[in-house]
Amino acid sequence: MFGFIGSRLLQAIPVLMVVGFIAFALFAFVGDPVSILLGQDHTEAQRIALVHQLGLDQPFYVQYVKFLWTCLHGDFGVSYRLAQPVGSLLAERLPATLELAITASVLAFAIGVPMGVYTGIHRDSLLSRVFMVGSLMGVSLPTFLLGILLILCFSVALGWLPSFGRGPVVHVGSWWTTGFTSWAGIRALILPGITLGLFQMTLIMRLVRAEMLEVLRTDYIKFARARGLTNRSINFGHALKNTLVPVITIIGLQFGGIVGFSLVTETVFQWPGMGLLLVQSVAVADIPVMSAYLLLIALVFLLINLIVDLLYYAVDPRLRIGR
Amino acid sequence: MPLLEVDNLTVEFPTRRGILKALDRVSFTIDKGEILGVVGESGAGKSLTGAAIVGLLERPGRIASGQIRLDGSRIDNLAPEPLRRIRGRRIGTIFQDPLTTLNPLYTIGRQLVETMQTHARLSDSEARRKAIGWLERVGIPAAAQRIDAYPHEFSGGQRQRVVIALALCAEPALVIADEPTTALDVSIQAQIITLLKDLTRDHGTSVMLVTHDMGVIAETADRVAVMYAGRIAEIGPVADVVRRPAHPYTDGLMASIPSLEHRVDRLRQIDGAMPRLDAMPDGCRFHPRCPRAFARCTEQQPELMAAGATQAACWLHAVS
Repeated sequence: MFGFIGSRLLQAIPVLMVVGFIAFALFAFVGDPVSILLGQDHTEAQRIALVHQLGLDQPFYVQYVKFLWTCLHGDFGVSYRLAQPVGSLLAERLPATLELAITASVLAFAIGVPMGVYTGIHRDSLLSRVFMVGSLMGVSLPTFLLGILLILCFSVALGWLPSFGRGPVVHVGSWWTTGFTSWAGIRALILPGITLGLFQMTLIMRLVRAEMLEVLRTDYIKFARARGLTNRSINFGHALKNTLVPVITIIGLQFGGIVGFSLVTETVFQWPGMGLLLVQSVAVADIPVMSAYLLLIALVFLLINLIVDLLYYAVDPRLRIGR
Repeated sequence: MPLLEVDNLTVEFPTRRGILKALDRVSFTIDKGEILGVVGESGAGKSLTGAAIVGLLERPGRIASGQIRLDGSRIDNLAPEPLRRIRGRRIGTIFQDPLTTLNPLYTIGRQLVETMQTHARLSDSEARRKAIGWLERVGIPAAAQRIDAYPHEFSGGQRQRVVIALALCAEPALVIADEPTTALDVSIQAQIITLLKDLTRDHGTSVMLVTHDMGVIAETADRVAVMYAGRIAEIGPVADVVRRPAHPYTDGLMASIPSLEHRVDRLRQIDGAMPRLDAMPDGCRFHPRCPRAFARCTEQQPELMAAGATQAACWLHAVS
């Protein structure tokens, strides 16, 4: 088991290097940070001095190796825009994004799975049809539109929930901040959580439904019925567990997607997370921030894949052979 | 009183093109401790009869008329919950393919314990001890260790032994074995049949043994019912049905089984195929393929009538 985790972590190193390379190559040709940093009025001498200071006069691959080297030492460079170390900048934003992503995923899982099971068992009931039509809307509604509609409804018209920001946060440990400790912080999480989680929820529901329909036709479910087991045990014990492997895969990948690309939701709700930071950095071609961000997201995906693989082994004994 | 009485059972499938009768007025009984063999071609309605008895017909199939009585009380019109309590506890079922009938994600011990605890108040340790006992009885070596193994760690024959243990562990009075050996190697088939026979004899369990292997029936069953196109063509003691078949279909079926004692150049075969459900012929359903059909067979459907030691649905035996 530990050998397996170790080998997977070793495999992660080249992946991260390739991602870093692509990120760096991309940003080297996108935008010009120098002209943005200097503004319109500057002399040629100032310009050359800044280019030299940022190291942009060196060949691209030298910049990349330098970037990797400093990354290895835990130093991700200094943001051009904010003149702060990128590492602490991201660390400051990471808790906001992770809390939002976890809230959205838990919502999606806790509502999507039971709905999927229900629609899988009661295929033809009225409620199932309502769920299915509703999920179609959930899948096709763009995130930004949903966010704006929710703000319009619950913040502007009803005035129940805040329309932007994270609310008051509390420091936990040296750098983590949390909004879970206060009612105002939880209230601030609700709308962005729903916005980010609705698509995942409908996806999970449809996936669980399709898998349930498949599993309920199998011989072992028929045999379980023939042994007189209760419907509850058959549906939730025997059938649901057999649908889990594909569901875990999708939830894992979706969680990576939520963390990496929550920027639309964060922009709509002015959520002080990494997505908002990325959007602001792209506008001024803040290369160190963008590169470090992509590396971090790649790392998140790798970790999630590892966790998903470990969950496979926990769920399905057939995969444990030879390990 | 017989343990199981099936009385004029008719099963229908409503479809867009009309109602298909998959079983048409099927009647038979099984006594306590008796083994009834049910043979017939694929699609004759053998498995359907078993599914109807335990109330597990697949939608949209339904029992249209007739009665099923277990120990004298009707079970065909029970609500889902009482019917569920009968399944496993009063009537056990064994399926065809042991590779797919066990849930791959749970240990066989868990599946046994769950089945027993569903039907009886048992503590976990008691249930586990009984589960080990059942595994020993069905011939799983080192049962105390193997109880925590998963289905994929067993061979096909061993898995069918586990399936038998699962079907019998709540000690039902009747077992419906739906082609229990069809998916197994020939060398394993005899072992499984012997095991089933011994276990049910020890517990006084009745068996409805569905198969298309006449050899298995001849060695195991007390009586045999021959099914054709959703009806019983002939029913009677095994020895009589095998040696002196009264129905021309049974006769054809027996003649098409190769025998080592009487070598023939060419096996006799029954020409044609069983009619589809939506194209049933009038009169006797077998008459288009019957070598001895006559005018009456095309007009009137025969019911079971006495024919020597057996009963056959054939006008040849009509007392005119």
